[in-house]
Amino acid sequence: MTVKVSMSVNGKPVSGEVEERTLLVSFIRETLRLTGTHVGCDTAQCGACTVVMDGRAVKSCNMLAMQAEGAELVTIEGIAEPDGTLHPMQEAFRQHHGLQCGFCTPGMVISAIDLLKNTPNPTEREIREQLDGNLCRCTGYHNIVKAIAAAAQTGGGVLRR
Amino acid sequence: MYSFKYQLAKSVADASAFVAKNSDAKLLAGGQSLIATMKLRLSQPSDLVDLGALAELRGIKVAGNTVTIGAMTRHAEVAASAEVKKAIPALASLAWSIGDRQVRNMGTIGGSVAHNDPAADYPSAVLALDATVTTNKRKIAADQFFKGMYETALEPGEIITSVSFPCPKRAAYMKFKNPASRYAIVGVFVADTGKAVRVAVTGAAPCVFRVAEMEKALSAKFAPESVASIAVPEKGLNSDLHAKADYRAHLITVMAKRAVAAAL
Amino acid sequence: MSATNFIGQSVKRKEDYRFLTGEGTYTDDVVLPRQTHACFVRSPHAHAKIRKIAKDKALKAPGVVAIFTGEDIAAAKVGGLPCGWLITDVNGAPMKEPPHPVLAQGKVRYVGDHVAVVIAESIEQARDAADLLETDYEVLPAVVNASVARAQGAPVLHDIAPDNTCYVWGIGDKAAVDKAFASAHHVTTLEFVNNRLIPNAIEPRAANAQYSRSDESYTLYVANQNPHVERLLMTAFVLGLPEHKVRVVAPDVGGGFGSKIYLYAEDVVLTWAAKQVNRPVKWTAERAESFQSDAHGRDHVTRAELALDREGRFLGMRVMTTANVGAYLSTFASCVPTILYATLLAGQYTTPLIYCEVTAVFTNTAPVDAYRGAGRPEATYVVERLVETAAREMNLEPAEIRRRNFIRQFPYQTPVALQYDTGNYEATLAEAIQAADVAGFPGRKAEAAKRGKLRGLGYACYIEACGIAPSNIAGSLGARAGLFEAGEVRVHPTGKVTVFTGSHSHGQGHETTFAQVVASRLGIAVEDVDIVHGDTGKVLFGMGTYGSRSIAVGGTAIVKALDKIVAKGRKIAAHLLEASEADIEFTDGVFRVAGTDKQAPFAQVSLAAYVPHNYPLDKLEPGLNENAFYDPTNFTFPAGSYVCEVEVDPETGSTQIVNFTAVDDFGKIINPMIVEGQVHGGLVQGIGQALTEACVYDTDSGQLVTGSMQDYCVPRADDVPSFRIGTKETPCTHNPLGVKGCGEAGAIGSPAALINALTDALGVRDLEMPATPQRVWRAANKKAA
Repeated sequence: MTVKVSMSVNGKPVSGEVEERTLLVSFIRETLRLTGTHVGCDTAQCGACTVVMDGRAVKSCNMLAMQAEGAELVTIEGIAEPDGTLHPMQEAFRQHHGLQCGFCTPGMVISAIDLLKNTPNPTEREIREQLDGNLCRCTGYHNIVKAIAAAAQTGGGVLRR
Repeated sequence: MYSFKYQLAKSVADASAFVAKNSDAKLLAGGQSLIATMKLRLSQPSDLVDLGALAELRGIKVAGNTVTIGAMTRHAEVAASAEVKKAIPALASLAWSIGDRQVRNMGTIGGSVAHNDPAADYPSAVLALDATVTTNKRKIAADQFFKGMYETALEPGEIITSVSFPCPKRAAYMKFKNPASRYAIVGVFVADTGKAVRVAVTGAAPCVFRVAEMEKALSAKFAPESVASIAVPEKGLNSDLHAKADYRAHLITVMAKRAVAAAL
Repeated sequence: MSATNFIGQSVKRKEDYRFLTGEGTYTDDVVLPRQTHACFVRSPHAHAKIRKIAKDKALKAPGVVAIFTGEDIAAAKVGGLPCGWLITDVNGAPMKEPPHPVLAQGKVRYVGDHVAVVIAESIEQARDAADLLETDYEVLPAVVNASVARAQGAPVLHDIAPDNTCYVWGIGDKAAVDKAFASAHHVTTLEFVNNRLIPNAIEPRAANAQYSRSDESYTLYVANQNPHVERLLMTAFVLGLPEHKVRVVAPDVGGGFGSKIYLYAEDVVLTWAAKQVNRPVKWTAERAESFQSDAHGRDHVTRAELALDREGRFLGMRVMTTANVGAYLSTFASCVPTILYATLLAGQYTTPLIYCEVTAVFTNTAPVDAYRGAGRPEATYVVERLVETAAREMNLEPAEIRRRNFIRQFPYQTPVALQYDTGNYEATLAEAIQAADVAGFPGRKAEAAKRGKLRGLGYACYIEACGIAPSNIAGSLGARAGLFEAGEVRVHPTGKVTVFTGSHSHGQGHETTFAQVVASRLGIAVEDVDIVHGDTGKVLFGMGTYGSRSIAVGGTAIVKALDKIVAKGRKIAAHLLEASEADIEFTDGVFRVAGTDKQAPFAQVSLAAYVPHNYPLDKLEPGLNENAFYDPTNFTFPAGSYVCEVEVDPETGSTQIVNFTAVDDFGKIINPMIVEGQVHGGLVQGIGQALTEACVYDTDSGQLVTGSMQDYCVPRADDVPSFRIGTKETPCTHNPLGVKGCGEAGAIGSPAALINALTDALGVRDLEMPATPQRVWRAANKKAA
């Protein structure tokens, strides 16, 4: 059985006819072909699938597409300015080498923006503790922590959309 | 994930009637445990009834000496609530310690309490604070609610609508996390209600439980040293890769001691 | 510094923009027309005979396209997976190489072993149908522990290895070592397990195979570290396909750490099946499948002894190791616990006599192969745990016992086959001691004690051998592949450059580092250089990325090609400038006639090569495109000194790393930012091994107990500290860049430093990895496990 699901993604209304068991991440990746949102672990540990739903970071691999019916989503493709200028969090990751293979990066960036939204001036300890929903196997987190601390000074906690 | 039929509940009554009639149907709250289980094909509900649109199940109210949290209120909302932080800071901090930031943005108190995972955090607060679980049918006292591993007093078709926590004089929650899953290996919630002290332990056994000996000692004197030499018997405690029963028993004492210190 | 010398500069990465904006293209992002999806049916048992597989019900499920089992594979004469290194037993016999079928032939040998593949229109349909496949097993007793597998009466995995032993291999002069021990003043003995790890790159393995009837060609997109090796093994040894008809593309790859080096069963099955169903077939591992079927790492049980004289000088070392290779030999499984392990046992020291014997054993577990460090972390753990323990036993400062034994004369021939070209071990140790404020440690320890906490300090001085080479010597030691690298430099008419490298980047930043090398050598901007890798259809050849070899071997291949470009450019410039070739100098992107103001910029020369009007066509071909293959004359030998300081909460057993200092000597450094990033990542993987990560199989059932991230603890941000990083440069003497490699160092040196610190804090001699809170609590309170 299929159902119709509609939502706004990166400011645009989208809809699709999907199986009821379709995960939100599958809808994003396969129906919308927004492949920047990744699947890493299947058990909601790694956070590579993190997107923003109605202003809060959620794991799109651990919810149904139907749970996002009518919601406003922002994926990694919607984070930068329309002209391609990087969001301050993206720019901080670039400046501080907060990414290597890039696979965890979309989820990490979105989660980091959410982190600063909730805790605008975090200590290093707070950044580390609040990154508990995202795994990175490449960077050892050192430069991710640096990037988030730097982005706290450059508006990294504000989503443009 | 196996196929299922999805419906968005229009009212608590409709949802209740549907799951009462369809024994393989399940209620979907935040889904942070249920969806994960279904993805692994460990659960095969015929239908999912999504409670996500029921505004009446959401929100936090403080009235008199009681904090009432709607069943569909998310962990992050409880953690960030100025009212909860003021009335029962231990409850806000417990909510802040659940899962991870993204899970807290989806997971709900009703889902957590109804699921009664042996290592979930909320059941310890419900039990230690002597909360009342309100359903569409009745009010259930905490001591009567948690029945065993993943088992509660809820009957088919019964839906939690809110949980009411009496404000304690002082309380604190201390958790020792499983390094991998970040669930509680041992979590101890200590609450001094003013009339009595209640100590509830999660993570350590198949179901949240109270430690009478600690409660008695703390009622006499609310100080860390009162519980420092009280050992919970290993028998009946969980034993797994991450923590054998003797280690869990030891951690209960340590976490209880630290919770009391934090509550002071 | 010249305006066009980018060596040593922290140039921001060229690859970052696409990763930061979601524009990276990983294998699972590739969707082909008429795509089908595959689900592998895996063994739920550790050891069982397959009595029968009934496909009928599953074939009738909605969306099913095809189902293949071992019988189909056998009927099609698909070969087994090869092992790339032949190890010869101490008795002179070749190692036992049991068949490694891509779908099980009558028997399954580990949980997750490949039994069948179900191909359907959607992945959910494939999974639904897989549930309907009826497989009847006769369950056999299983063995997961290597020492148990060698015991009498243990279950036997392969008929050709009735004692489950793949080989017993030795290196060194045993009699001389025994003699040194007999006359030693002191002997330190340790027995320990080097814990089995599961790599867990965050991108799961994935593949998407396509067949074209029009030209009988195949394209395989695969998350892989060395696409040419994948193609060579698959075409020549498994499927017997014409190599030129197979294109392997490893697009953006989300981390490898060794686990994506190998030719896996899924890659072969998909490639074969794509022709059978005449549609593209895609598979992406669920994380549970990664846990079960990615090649695991480490898993050694070792008894190690160090003989010392009265002054703490090392006289000899004796090491006996049992290595678990899993149920089958993975691609490089055999060389990891031998060639890449025992040859590193000299460490940074002048130990004159070393003997090591390694017994490789088959068990009912996933195949074990190279994982970040591959043999070298195991060797470093042996050496540095022994050295630190010996120091404590002899009441010597741990730094002092190391200084007394450091190698100071180079080149240095070790007793275990390697010749170190250069190094300065004293310098990295001195800097690490200073950066870690070792002098202030007693004060910090006393302060922690007042809070009821235990502090400890531990060292590790590691040596690494990178860029395994040369091919002919490796060949004589059993290697079945070349160990060179290839590169091609294509200068476009306008002087912009595309470089094709056989190295592969899956996070290491080759697109930037290699561009810095090229830009510096040609005197052009980094933006004017693009690096292409990971596609056998574009890159001439390559051995790929493993063993921290990319810059030392792949980078040097590019330099050799650049030398040819410059040499040809000099000829063209001589013609343009009407001068003798001998008088042409090339600096900062400009060809000049020495001693004159006559000059031709690089772009003018490149344009002349493609618009050869004023050009010596009688002597020189047009165009400016060169390639080179580089086979190194020796390994490179990065080395470093790590100091770890921990604080233990004895009540809970929690360990906090309060300071971790790493001072490494990687030779010349091209991009310090990237190098530091590599060190950080390596350190955390090493810390993961020492503190949090353990692959556990149930000893009775052979089930994988740590089968998800709920039970296998990949370190999170709050498990680890920020690091103090330093570097020293003693340039490698035998490659033109003076580089050594940095990818694995952190993972090699950190476990020993951490366990040395923890045993110091706890005042115990032994502590098993991973030092989980429960283990540390037991050690702190002297409780038996």
